[in-house]
This record gives sequence, structure tokens and C-alpha cells, in this order.
Amino acid sequence: MKAFSKQTLNINRLAAPQSAIRNPQSIAAGLCLLWFLASIPFTPGLTSSNNISNIFSNLLPLLIVATGQTIVLITGGIDLSATSVMALTSVMGALVMSGDQGLLGGSAWAVPAGIAAMLVAGALIGWLNGAAITRLGMPPFIVTLTTMMFFSGLAIWLTKSKTIYNLPPAFNAIGKGSLFFIPYALLVTALLVVAAHVLLSRSLAGRWLYACGHNARAAEISGVPVGWTLTLAYVCSGVCAAVAAVLYTGRLETGSPVLGQRLLLDVIGAAVIGGASLFGGRGKIVWTMYGVLFLTLIDNTLNLAGQSHFTMMMVKGGVILLAALLDVLRRRGQ
Amino acid sequence: MYCGGAGNSEITMKPLLECSQIGKSYFGVSVLRGVKLALAAGSVLGLVGENGAGKSTLMNILGGVTQPDAGSMRLDGSEYIPKTPAEATGYGVAFVHQELNLFTNLSIAENLFIPAFPKNKFGFIDRPQMRTKTAELLRAVSLDISPDTLVESLSPGERQLVEIARALGQNAKLIIFDEPTTSLTSRETDRLFALIERLRAQGIAMIYISHVLPDVFRLCDEMIVLRDGEVVGSGRKDEFTTERLITLMVGRRLDQLYPTRDTQPAPETVMQVSDLSQPGVIEGISFELRRGEVLGIAGLMGAGRTELAHILFGLDPCARGSITINGAEISALSTRERIACGLAFLTENRREEGLLMDAAISDNLALTALPQFTSGALIEQPRLTQAVNQMAASVQIRGGGQHRQPVKTLSGGNQQKVVLGKWLLRNPAVLILDEPTRGVDVGARSEIYRIIHQLAATGAGILFISSEIEELIGVCDRLLVMQRGAIAARFERAEFSREQILGAALQSGEKP
Repeated sequence: MKAFSKQTLNINRLAAPQSAIRNPQSIAAGLCLLWFLASIPFTPGLTSSNNISNIFSNLLPLLIVATGQTIVLITGGIDLSATSVMALTSVMGALVMSGDQGLLGGSAWAVPAGIAAMLVAGALIGWLNGAAITRLGMPPFIVTLTTMMFFSGLAIWLTKSKTIYNLPPAFNAIGKGSLFFIPYALLVTALLVVAAHVLLSRSLAGRWLYACGHNARAAEISGVPVGWTLTLAYVCSGVCAAVAAVLYTGRLETGSPVLGQRLLLDVIGAAVIGGASLFGGRGKIVWTMYGVLFLTLIDNTLNLAGQSHFTMMMVKGGVILLAALLDVLRRRGQ
Repeated sequence: MYCGGAGNSEITMKPLLECSQIGKSYFGVSVLRGVKLALAAGSVLGLVGENGAGKSTLMNILGGVTQPDAGSMRLDGSEYIPKTPAEATGYGVAFVHQELNLFTNLSIAENLFIPAFPKNKFGFIDRPQMRTKTAELLRAVSLDISPDTLVESLSPGERQLVEIARALGQNAKLIIFDEPTTSLTSRETDRLFALIERLRAQGIAMIYISHVLPDVFRLCDEMIVLRDGEVVGSGRKDEFTTERLITLMVGRRLDQLYPTRDTQPAPETVMQVSDLSQPGVIEGISFELRRGEVLGIAGLMGAGRTELAHILFGLDPCARGSITINGAEISALSTRERIACGLAFLTENRREEGLLMDAAISDNLALTALPQFTSGALIEQPRLTQAVNQMAASVQIRGGGQHRQPVKTLSGGNQQKVVLGKWLLRNPAVLILDEPTRGVDVGARSEIYRIIHQLAATGAGILFISSEIEELIGVCDRLLVMQRGAIAARFERAEFSREQILGAALQSGEKP
């Protein structure tokens, strides 16, 4: 926190801190380290191996959703519906697979069909968001706000507000099991994060995503398929949310209509702390990883220090506000 | 009436504004060095210089946007160190900007009084008083419209008059005009110049910044030339000629603004347009463009030239007619497909439509050609980097350092070279240029013409839209003159004459 306020104070002097402000990675990474070191004396058990592995398993679903969100933020949009996609797909997967009431409960096809249903639903909702934004020209904020409300409502309506138990063990293993000491969840996350990183940094579509975020009109005139590219971003976000739902649902062994309900602020916050710009055109998966790590560290340390949920919310809100302020200063400083 | 009524003869004796030894640097790069200027009340100072010469920085210092590192300024005899634009306004220094600074969703009266609305005795906004004062100010700038008119319904010229009215309302002693005529029609320009004359007679001092040298000669009493942050010439108007001004601005003799062509157009047609029409926009446009030909399109503002370019590129619809490139019909295709057929388009509006201003030079250069540098879905970065670097060198982008720097840090001319470069990377069959030298300084202009000629030499056809007849005569092989959405006249190079071209653009009614 100290480092943060120092940075923002110095910006008017156009001196060395400029380079640090332009390089979000160093800020986010520095913050993680600083927070971690500063917290050791106050939080017993922070450095225990149990706690470290706990931090990482808490971090994975958030990282996946934030990865999708970063792609959307780069195009200059926002996806508020991501967490409602998690809740809805969690419920849908459970309704397919559950041994009590599932459509395919007990069948060998239950797990693959359940996962496929979840991913397809995520992609479809993403496509719906993208189509409303690109074909009807509606603002991303209002489109995803309304889809968030609608699909959160749908998830609860489908289950009559109850959680669904008795999921197949093979499915739960994805969230809890591991392959030679490496949790499946970590493998899946790593795969997805690397794929997103390659998409953004190496692929044609990645260049187009950044171009649309910088100036959609100029991109269109330069032959970039803007509608396709923006839709792709929302589909990616939807699929990411669905993958996070698979891991989370498996870990909890229940389909929950309120899964990830409180995650939305963290998702957008992590991307912004990492340095993704709310104005579009800026952001990297690696940066977002640091943002996710930082928010998870805040949760974990405050938890260990016995602070309440409300304190966490206040601290996180403050940090995200500062990150958004930095984003504005960065734009002005350039 | 707004300067306190002091007599003309006595104020001209001592300068209203005096700057001495102004210096400013950013990140260790000095952009202004030892700049000195003096300006008397009731006189107009012309400030000329290429883009990047330091004009904007100097004006930002005068307007309180940035502070100088060295030097001092005096206004009306006392020290003048504005820390903010509002402070500068308080001292009586007003700006009329290139990009106008009005709230389009508010009325004229509200715009004029937005920093400090007049209040009635209840503390609410005193609208009747506001209206009366606004009407008075509008009369002073000869704008005969209601103070309640929303600014969004005004033309660019009228908006500018509103800005001047605002300056008068703030009792400005010094008004700075930054490229005021770029978006004005010739009638509006005349009206502006008449107003400047009246303000001068009222004892208001003005600084007039423009690339249009004849205007500077017409309006100004004194001139000052900036180059690379230094004053390279200053004095009374009659000490200068256009040639001397250009030589001073560029720092070398500019014998040939328009480079000579060493190639001739080939006989084959590359683009054929027949009977292209869109009701109310363009009417029965037919022409053919040959390989290696530079075909100019002249006309007044609103003659339909930009609209034609948009229709050719597939950005606007057209009701009837055909467009072919190398024999293939493209009029039903999307913009993307037309680009794939070899069409390229430099728009008149490079900030909004041409460039990703915050993105790096290299990303902008690569943008149109990206699909050609992929294997599978991935970009072949080494090959792309090499091509981009080659292109940056070939269009001679200056000030780029490494090409990772954002395009918005470049001067207008270099930005335009980036737009050109990004299309050249595609080796277009036809390049449409819409006002390619607008807001581009003299030196960079010449380089842009050279790039256009080089492209023509490789066999591309070039459609060159411009409002400057001199430029069209200097660069084109053939000319079309548009008027009210139709082609009013055609000229071969041998028949080029300024008077006839202008005449064709201005004539009303009949078509040849």
C-alpha cells in the first residue's frame, strides 16, 4: 500500500516513477511481494505449505475467469455476466450429471455430456453478449448487466434455489484430484492460461483484439473484422467462466445456483490491478496473473489475521480504486 | 469596446505581451530554446513553423497548460506566470482551438457562461441576464442566431465564432488562433478574417498560427518563424516573402515541393467506375484509372468527393453503378473483401479513422497486412518485424526511435506516413487518398508526394482527392472536378490551369 501511494504522488514530477507506472507488471508483482512479506509477522501460518497450496487452489477459478475478462477489457468492453455464467453452467452441469435427479444420472456419458453442456452454454451466452453488442450496437455494460441478471435468475429458477448434490466422482476428481502430485485443476488452468497468452501475444486474432480496443473505426477501415473479433472476446469470456465452473463445481461436489456470486468485483479488479485498461487496448495475461495473486493474498492474509469479510471488501475496494486511478494517470502521462 | 477603450496610437508603443528566453524540455529533449517575442495591443502576430517546431508547446505555455523551464513572460507590464488554463483566462488570454472546445449538448449561452453563470438574488442562474449578454456578444461577432441555439446544430465556422464570442465575454486582451481555418468553408473564412480585422481595430492583440501562408500574409502585421524550438526569423510582414518563409521553416531551400515524375501511366485500366449513383450524394460518376496513374479529384467542400471515396471503399451504400478492379466487379463486396481485391484508403481523418493513436508505430504499420504474415492462426513475428522495419525506413518515419513508441507522439506528417506505410505493406492495386497532406508541414508534404510517385511507379493506380488546386496540379496526371455530386469537368495534364479548374468547381448547373 505504501508503494502505491508513493507512485501516485510522484507522477506529476515526470521523473523515474513514470517508467514504473507504465510497466504494470512491476507494480503488481512488487505489491504481491510487499504484501506477502509485510503480512508474515501478523499472520501466523501464512508461510506454511498447507496455506500456500490453499492460496493456489483458491486462486485457480478466479484466474480463469479473470483471463476471459482480460480479453474482453482489451477490446474496450466489459463482461459483467461472467459470474452468472459460472452459476448457470454449474447448475446445468449438475442437472445433467447428478445421480439424484440428473438427466443422465448414473450413465457413463454423464461426465462428458455434462462438461460439454457447460462449455457450450458458456460459449452461447458469450456469443449472445457479442451479438447484441456488435450487431445491435448496444453498449457492453448494459448488455452484460442484463444478461447477468437474467442468467443469475435463470440458475436459481432452474433449481428452485437449492443446491444439487451427488455428482459423479469422476467429475469431482477434476476439481479435487491430481495426477502425480499435480492437481488436475492446476493442469487445466495452466493449459487455458497459456492458450490465452498465445492468443493475445502471438495470434492474428490477438492483434485484432488489441486493435479493436484502441480504435474500432480505424480497425474496421484497415480491414479488421471488428464484429467477429469482439464476439470472439465475449465467447472466450463465456467459455472461461464455464471452465471455472467445472473446476469449482467439482471441488465443492455440488451444483450451486449462486456459484461465484461474490467473485465479480475480484474478477474485474484483478485484471485492472494487473494493468488492463478499462479504456481498451491494454492488458496482458501475465499482468492479470499478478492481479489475481494479489487479491487472493489479501483474502488469505486478512482471513488468517482474523479480519471480517467486510474488512476484506473495504481493503479490496480501496486497492481496485487505486488501480483504476493509476489506469487514468497512465493514459494522461503518455 | 472590450479592451477598455484605450487609444490605438499609445498602446502600440509598449508591447502587451513580452516573452524572453523561454525554454522547455520534455524527458531531456529540448523543444523550445531561448524563444523571444513581443506583441503590441491591436496587432496580429503570425506564427509559422513546421509541425513539431514547437508552436503548440509555446502556445501551451502562454495558455497555462504547461510551465516553461526557463525564461519569463510579461503581460500588460506585469509578470505573467499562468499555472492553469483558468488562470490564463483570468489574465485575459484566450484560445480559439484547432479542435473546437465547446459543449455540443449545451446552448450557446450556457457555453459562454459555463465557468461562472450569472446569479440572481436567490442564488439561481439568472437566465434573462445570460441571454441578454450572450446576444450582445453574438452581435459583436456578427452571428445572427438565438443564444438558446444548441451548439451541436452549428456549422464549424459558427462554432468558431461562438468561441471568439466567449473570449470577448472573458474580456480577452490576447486571442490565440490555432489553425482556425482548417474546417471552414471559404465564406466562413472570409467572415472570420473580417472579424479579426474588427478585433484588431478594437485594440485586441492576436496570435495567428497557420500553415496557410497567404492567410498569414493577409492578416498579420508581424511574423515569427519557429524551427526546432528556436526563433529563426521575426520581423514586420513586409520583410518576408513566401519563399523566404518556406526556406526559414524548412531550413533548406525547397526548390521542388513537387518532385518530378520519371514514370508514365501504363495503358491498362486498373479501376473502372461506371455510372455510380446514390441519390442525394453522388450522381452518375464514371471514370477509369490506369495502372501507374495519379488521378486527382478537385472540388469544393461538400462536392461529394469524400462521399465518393467512402462509396468506392464500401463504407457507404450506393444505389446503382459498377466498380471493377482489374476486371473484377467489387460493388457488392464488403470493405474487407474490397481490401483483399487490392483497394486501399487513406481517410481525411487520420486521428479517428486512420490510426490507433495509443498503439505503437509498428502495430499501426502492421495492421492491414497482418493476415499475410501468419502461419496457421499465429503471426510470424520475425518476418513481420522485418517487413515493418523496412516499410518504416522506406517511408522515412522520423522521431520514431525504435518503433515501439505510440503513434500519437509523432508529428502530423510522420503520422500520415504511418498511414501510408500501412497500406503500402499490402501492395495495393488502387490507393484512394483523401486530403493526404492536411495538417502536414511543408517538408513532410514533399516526402509524401515522393512516396505517392514511387507507388505509381510500381504500377498502382492512385486516386488523389484534395482541396488544394496547386497540389493537384503539382502531383496528378489527370484531374476530375466534382461539383454537387457529379463530375463537372475533366482535365489532362497538358490542359491544367488553376483558373479553369477553380471555375469548373465553382460553376453552377450545367454539366459538360
